[in-house]
Amino acid sequence: MKHLRNRPELILSPVVFVVFVALWENIVNLLEVDEIILPTPSRIGDALLVQFQAPIFWSNLWVTTQEALLGFAFATLFAIIAGTFISQIRIVDKTFMPYLVGFQAIPKVALAPIFLIWFGLGQTSKVVLAATIAFFPILINIIEGLKSADNDQIRMLRVFGASRSQIFFKVQIPCALPFFFAGLDVGILLAILGAVVGEFLGSQAGLGNMVLVAQFNFETPTMFAILLVLSAMGIIAHIIVKAFQRKFAFWGDNSNFIGN
Amino acid sequence: MSGLHKIYNTRGGGQTHALSDINFTAKKGEFISIVGPSGCGKTTLLNILAGLISKTEGSASVSGHEVSKPLPEIGMVFQAPTLLPWRTILENVMVPVEVQKLDKKKHLEKAKELLTLAGLEGFEDKYPNELSGGMQQRAGICRALVHSPSVLLMDEPFGALDAMTREYMNLELLRIWKESNQTIALVTHSITEAVFLSDRVIVMSPRPGRIAEIITIDLPRPRTLDMMNSDAAGVFVKKIRHYFNAANVIE
Repeated sequence: MKHLRNRPELILSPVVFVVFVALWENIVNLLEVDEIILPTPSRIGDALLVQFQAPIFWSNLWVTTQEALLGFAFATLFAIIAGTFISQIRIVDKTFMPYLVGFQAIPKVALAPIFLIWFGLGQTSKVVLAATIAFFPILINIIEGLKSADNDQIRMLRVFGASRSQIFFKVQIPCALPFFFAGLDVGILLAILGAVVGEFLGSQAGLGNMVLVAQFNFETPTMFAILLVLSAMGIIAHIIVKAFQRKFAFWGDNSNFIGN
Repeated sequence: MSGLHKIYNTRGGGQTHALSDINFTAKKGEFISIVGPSGCGKTTLLNILAGLISKTEGSASVSGHEVSKPLPEIGMVFQAPTLLPWRTILENVMVPVEVQKLDKKKHLEKAKELLTLAGLEGFEDKYPNELSGGMQQRAGICRALVHSPSVLLMDEPFGALDAMTREYMNLELLRIWKESNQTIALVTHSITEAVFLSDRVIVMSPRPGRIAEIITIDLPRPRTLDMMNSDAAGVFVKKIRHYFNAANVIE
């Protein structure tokens, strides 16, 4: 009980949730809002349960998960390659950074129709869109991270006779890890966004496709239910990235570790 | 290795004459301090010996090797402990061994011995941020000694510590030095620290950085903190302070 007193948010957060849902439920009932405009939380819950029992939902969930994860994986891979070259070779940095910044200025979602023409209605176009959207924040974090190495640490390694590659592997890469995971954290959410937006614009399967179908049929509770599923995907992905971060970059956010 | 020779004959380059006509030889196992007001080039001198910056003219050698890049004969302790936060204390101490690709097994023993000597037994598997500033700096000294360098360079190693810890660290350093018997070149701001620790103190004066005087401190060893209140020590401190006053720089 004592740690509950020290951390009142453990009680307050759920209370806020319950109050919010109760208000929503009652106000919608009271005002007799049409379900097509705004369904009650209980109706959304029902719709969610219906989906959980439908095999087609699970296969759609898998389609979107695949697209997001593949897009995320490609984005990470290319960001690592590009980030390493850009941070290590000055001329590459100077030559390509203006293009990358210009590329970043494009609203990537606007590329979706083009990707649809190039890669078709299947999963490929969604993977490409997810990768395109997730790429830049991961890249920027890798570059910043690789440049973040403390000059004193580099000097220390040089005094002991370290070569450039030893400095890269023993100082610069570890220094980049906290940044890298911060980039992954943003990147995975953007990859999910990319996959869903890609599905909105033209698809045969996936959660985004289900939202479209539900909209066509005026099944607003189902749309909300899938929104919840997408949120859950994002939260789970975030938790997984954080867990990796705590394992592999434990010194990053533990500055007040002393005294434990 | 026979007698150790270090000959600095260095001239600073460019428009700023950082070091001018420095001539000095340290004997093997000698404890040398370098003091002087800001801008006298004492850190520049240390960086040349560490092989981090190049010299314009003259020569600098360690154990008969001309210093043109960082030499394995040199260990260095920095102003900040500069431990790598993702490595345990033991792994930090092993950095020079890894970098120079020395025999890991043999040096692991050496690293543990040094940590015990520095009073860090039981902290081998802790991470740097679990240790106090003084303990981190002691780990930094162990790291500088693990590959058995013949010369230990120290760049204001205790500058960031409070006065009490600093005195304690001075005693610790003398104890470690007695065991390992390196030649030590210590750059410091503290005149009393220099007198307390050294066999000889190089007093430098600024613009251009040159040696104003080399003072031999013939206080008996082992030295105690009480000795610093003696008249003999007071004379040395006064003599060195005279140069600081002459340069009109208060630090």
